[in-house]
Amino acid sequence: MPTDVSTDNVEKVIYDGLVELGTERDELSREATLEDLDIDSLDLVELAQIVEDEFGVELKGDDVKDVKTVGEVIDLVVSKAG
Amino acid sequence: MARPEGCALVTGSSRGIGAATAVALAGDGWPVRVNYRSDEDGAREVAAKIEAQGGSATVVQGDVADPAAVKSLLEPGEDGPVLCLVNNAGLRLDGLSPQIEDEQWQRVIDVNLSATFRATREALTPMLRARFGRIVNVASVVGLHANAGQANYAASKAGVIGFTKTVAVEVARRGITVNAVAPGLIETALTEGIVGGELEKGIPARRVGSPEEVAACIRFLASEEASYVTGTTLTVDGGLSA
Repeated sequence: MPTDVSTDNVEKVIYDGLVELGTERDELSREATLEDLDIDSLDLVELAQIVEDEFGVELKGDDVKDVKTVGEVIDLVVSKAG
Repeated sequence: MARPEGCALVTGSSRGIGAATAVALAGDGWPVRVNYRSDEDGAREVAAKIEAQGGSATVVQGDVADPAAVKSLLEPGEDGPVLCLVNNAGLRLDGLSPQIEDEQWQRVIDVNLSATFRATREALTPMLRARFGRIVNVASVVGLHANAGQANYAASKAGVIGFTKTVAVEVARRGITVNAVAPGLIETALTEGIVGGELEKGIPARRVGSPEEVAACIRFLASEEASYVTGTTLTVDGGLSA
């Protein structure tokens, strides 16, 4: 059963995912850019898989290619679920 | 770093190079998924041989030309995720270019090239998570050097080589290697009717190769020792293309 796609839930899953990918938790904020967090294209592929497993929301390459900040990733997942 | 828990999938491993590869990988400790399309008896024999040698094997049916079947072959199971993928299933439907039918073209591309892409795509997700993976694609010397009457086969195998190189550079930083082998004339069902006689005189080794000789190369490329080898194509052809 996929987790409810509330902004709070998505934020938690994305934050946990980014930590799993090597980001320090105290560096995380909605405004932090993926570049500053050293999240590369392969990390985004993995993050997309985590999101799909958790929420059943599929993020394709085109969806994430213009995403710059953590907040934008969260908003994208919430909007795709809606 | 110890190899993470996972299994090997060898597509088209009920006979020939695939069967020898499944046995060789089992010898390296991989639990092996022995895939077949129609030759169930052959696949069971391969699995029995692996088990007789103390290894572990699961027989899995699936036509790699079917995208849904590829997805299912790569599903994580009791043997773990697929962390070693050998894209071996292949066929040839030869003819001179002006006489190759659309269907002959498409079928060869579907099985030899598109299936390699789809299986690789599925395999990469767990490999990325594991920070480890081995992909070996079975190409052919025909993908490197011309052989009249095999335009469709050559295009598919040259495609496999280009695909191998590109994916290799995409995922190298995650401990995943992607390589190809390019067998020459090997004694298998695929070369039935073309092996023997004059043709062998053109091979510097003066003989055809055995599936086990190709499998030994695949086994190396899939090993932990080959961790710095990626994006390459290893020819296994008795000197034919030297």
